[in-house]
Parts: sequence; C-alpha cells; structure tokens
Amino acid sequence: MRLIINKIILILSTLAAILGLIFLFWILITLTIKGVKAINLYIFTHDLVDNGLRNLLVGQLVLALIAILIGVPIGMIAGIYLQEYSFNNKFAKFIRNLSDVMMSAPSIVIGTFVYAILVNPIGHMNGWAGAIALAILMLPIVVRTTDDMLGLVPKELREAGVAIGAPKYRVIFDIIIRAAKVGIMTGLLLAFARIIGETAPLLFTSGNSQYFTLNLNEEFPSLTVAIYNLATMPDKHLVDIAWAGAFILTFFVLIINLIGRYIVKDKK
Amino acid sequence: METLFKRLSEISASTILLILLAIFVVLYIQAKPAIEKYGLHFLVESKWGVSVDKNNTPNVVKEKVNNTSTIQDDTLDEDLADDSLDEDIAIEDDDALAAAGVEKNTQNSDVVYGGLIPIVGTILSTLIAMIFAVPIAMGIAIFLSEIAPPFIAKPVGIAIELLAAIPSIIYGMWGLFYFGPFISKIVGGSSVNLLVAGLVLGIMIIPFMASLTRDSMKTTPNVLKESAYAMGATKFEVIKDVIFPYAKQGIIGSMILALGRALGETMAVAFVIGGVFNFPHKLTDPTVSIPVVLANNFAESSGLSLAALFYLALILFVISFIVISFAKFYFLRDKK
Repeated sequence: MRLIINKIILILSTLAAILGLIFLFWILITLTIKGVKAINLYIFTHDLVDNGLRNLLVGQLVLALIAILIGVPIGMIAGIYLQEYSFNNKFAKFIRNLSDVMMSAPSIVIGTFVYAILVNPIGHMNGWAGAIALAILMLPIVVRTTDDMLGLVPKELREAGVAIGAPKYRVIFDIIIRAAKVGIMTGLLLAFARIIGETAPLLFTSGNSQYFTLNLNEEFPSLTVAIYNLATMPDKHLVDIAWAGAFILTFFVLIINLIGRYIVKDKK
Repeated sequence: METLFKRLSEISASTILLILLAIFVVLYIQAKPAIEKYGLHFLVESKWGVSVDKNNTPNVVKEKVNNTSTIQDDTLDEDLADDSLDEDIAIEDDDALAAAGVEKNTQNSDVVYGGLIPIVGTILSTLIAMIFAVPIAMGIAIFLSEIAPPFIAKPVGIAIELLAAIPSIIYGMWGLFYFGPFISKIVGGSSVNLLVAGLVLGIMIIPFMASLTRDSMKTTPNVLKESAYAMGATKFEVIKDVIFPYAKQGIIGSMILALGRALGETMAVAFVIGGVFNFPHKLTDPTVSIPVVLANNFAESSGLSLAALFYLALILFVISFIVISFAKFYFLRDKK
C-alpha cells in the first residue's frame, strides 16, 4: 500500500512537471511561429506610423537606459551603505526588509505614483516619467544585488586595504567593488532584463508615440505599451506586428538572462 | 571626503524608505476626495461611474455601455464578448466617452464610484490562480529536487527559471489569442473571462513559485533524508515527513510571495479578464481587477473618477504590502 501511494504521488508530480512545461513551451512555440513569420527587415527600418517597430525598440531601450542611469548609482550606493557602513544596525535591517518588500510592490501602483508627481503637474505624459517609474522599479533589485555581492567579498581584503592606510571609500571602490564586479554586473544585467519587459508602469507615464523621437519631454514610444495597444486592434496586420515585437522582446530578455547565467557559471 | 561619502550612502539607503512613504502619502492625498466622499463604503459599493440623481434612480453613465449593462445585470451580451478583439476595442473607445460623460454628469447629479467589483475580481482571479498553480508548482518542485536525475533536473530547472523571466505581457497576449479560445472551447462562454484570467495568472506564477519552492526544499540536509531512507521510508514518505516539515516555512513563504505577485499583476490579466464592470456570477463571466481598472481608465480620467482610481491603487498597494511583508517577516525571516 505504501509503495502504491508512493508510486501515485511520484507519477502525479512528474505529470505536474510535464503539464507545467507543456504550457510554458506552448507559449514559446506560438511566440516563435507567430514572431518569425512577422519579422522582416522592414519593421526594423520603419516607425510605428509606417507599421514598423524602429521607434518602439529605440524608445524602450532609451527608457531602460535612463532608468539604469538613475537607479543604479542610488541603488549601488545604498547597497554599499547596508554592507559597509551600517554595521548591520537596526536601520539597515529595516531598509533591507523594506527594499525586499518594495521589490514585489505592484508595478502599476508605481505607475500611478509617478503619474501623480510627474504627469499630472506637467499636464501630459512624458518620457522622463516613464524612465523614473522604471528606475523606482529597479532600485530595490540593485540594492539587493549590491548588498549580497559585497557580502561575499572576504573580510581579509577589507582589512588588508585598511591596514595599508587607505580611507574607507577608497577601500570600497578600489578593492571591494572590484572583487565583487562580476556579481554586481550580473545583477545589473538581470535588473535590466526585468525592467525592459515592463508595461504597466509605462502605460500612463511615458504613454506611447507613433513617431521616432528622443525628446523625453513628450510622450515617448515604447515597445511594450505598443504591443498592448496593437494586439487588441482588429487589423490583422497590426496584430502581426505586435507578435513580432513580442518575439523580439521575449528573446532579448531570455538572451540577457542566459548571458547573466553564463557569467555566473564562468566565475564559479 | 570619507564623511561625505558616508553621508551620501546614508541618504541613498534612506531613499528606499522615502520612496515607499512618498508612494503611500501621494496616493492618499490623490485619493482623498474619493476617500472623504465614500469612506469605507467604497469597499462594498458595486457601482462604478453611475450617476444617482435626486430620485435616487441610478443612471448608467455611458461607460462600457456597448458590452455590458454595468450594474447588477448579468444578462451579458455573450455574443459580443465572444469576440475578444471587438470587445477590447470597444472598451478603449468608450473610455474616452466615459471620461467626458462623467465630467458632465458630475454637475447636476452625484456620481457614485465603488470598488467592490474590481476588488472581488482581484481576489477571485488570484484565488483561481493559486488553486491552479500551487499543486503544479509543488509537483515541479518535487520533480526537480527529488525525482529527476541531475541531467534532466538541471536543464528543466533552468528552463523554468527562464520562463519566470518572460515579460507578463507575453503571457497576456498568448492568453488572449490561444489559451482563452482553448478554454472557451472546453467550458463554453466567452474567451475573455474570470476563469481564463485566473488560469493565465496561475501559469504565469508557476515558474516563480516552483523555483522558490524547489530552493526551499533543497535546504533540507541530506543527513535527514538519508536517515529516513535508511529506515525504509519511501520517497513520498521522505517528502511528506522529512522535507515538508523541514522546509515548511520557506515553502509557505514562497507561496505567499507568489500570491503577492499575482495580486498586483496587470498585463497578464488585462488581456483576458474582459475589462468590464460586471459582477461575476459564474466563472465564465468577464469582470475586472484593480490593476486592470487602473491600466484601462487611468490616462483618460480626471476629477472624482481619478481620485477613485487612486483610492483603488492605494487599496492594492496596502493589500500587497501587507501580504508581502507577512511572507517576508513571518515565513522567510530565518534566511537572512
């Protein structure tokens, strides 16, 4: 009897695993079939107004890069504080926990927050608001990564640095960060992969634009928002463009993740 | 220079606290007109954008009129809802109308906004997602950590983790074009409804939940497992009596974390839930969830309707904050 129950449970969980994988591969396969069919050179050289994706791809990258420029320095320095300056006091523990909670905060709520402080007062959606929403979203991820990676650096390295009389900030920048460089880079790569596919916080912050623009004071083109809009259009050609965009986005994200994984593995 | 950098690092660390506080305060201030007007009654009011004149007879504002009669009217136009494409377009077009309509109506009558339908929609879709995802995620976790040989467990594990990285909008789009029609063929009804939304949400959180659960299960020391096997225990008994009790906290914590993620998920749900203010009387009714209301109506709203949306955002923020904190502090705290 015990053996039969054992068999049943093992078979059930294997089936669950197979079922889960079926769903997930179903998604990837339809995405590939639909995406490859719709991808051609034309969509990379034309903007949305001419049924292309060029302005959207550029727009999404620009938003994510600006988010990185804002979020990474703040997040890294905050991570450095938690690991190097706080001596693990109550405040640091509090911030660490808070940052973990913030990591799972609904992204659309961050969008509403940014709308209230940056869109409503200005009167129209703009690229800066989108970039800042993404920066807020990635901030806790960067904090966590920096914190964890600096924690892995051996204590002896710090002591060696201090022993030769270097001030602490020099020890941090010249020794500790260098030692943790690979780990931090990987973390940043994964944070980038996370925000590049975000839609919800952009919907009403940066909005969308049909045209190619680099002016962040205006509504800004974004691939994910455009996919959302195009996918629900009755025009089949536009839906196909959305599939092409979805395909590019997904494989871009997956490749970044694989690269991040490869770096970690290489290091070990 | 040293003290300067130290100050700077303190300030950066404080920004986390400041941003979270600011989100709360700003949402509260923006929601204040609605909070003052409706108070906690907002939570149990099922009317949204309905004007009530002096005779107290509700008039449906031209919101989403095309697809549903907004309130307590479940004679939903199934045919229209069947064609998901048409429906979504209609909704978008109507939003603009609705915003204008609401503005006009505010002047001569009272417009009522209530959050009951999106709140119920959020809770139900999350519940369906959890019921669907928990057994499968557990199965995957057991399979990966206890059953599969390493040469299978490793690539499958990586595949699962990669799938957790796929943007949620992709899940939504797949749900709209493939999974929704597939489900509607089996259970009937339209292809955008509460059930489909819950299932798509479930599929989306499976990889996340499975990899966290597997990690918790793997923390069980081998010595414990081996001594159980040595006593003649079967694999299932080891899982049930050794691994689960040992990793219980981590596993429950992972589940709740996944729940928190499902609560606030927008894009995977927005495509497939229907986006109409309709109280779901059965699983195959289209309805709406808080994030979807925000996503669809935010840009076109102003005045009291905007305040009501901020009220919803505040509710969502507080609920997910509580859920996530609970998972972190109660179940996952031993980790650090």
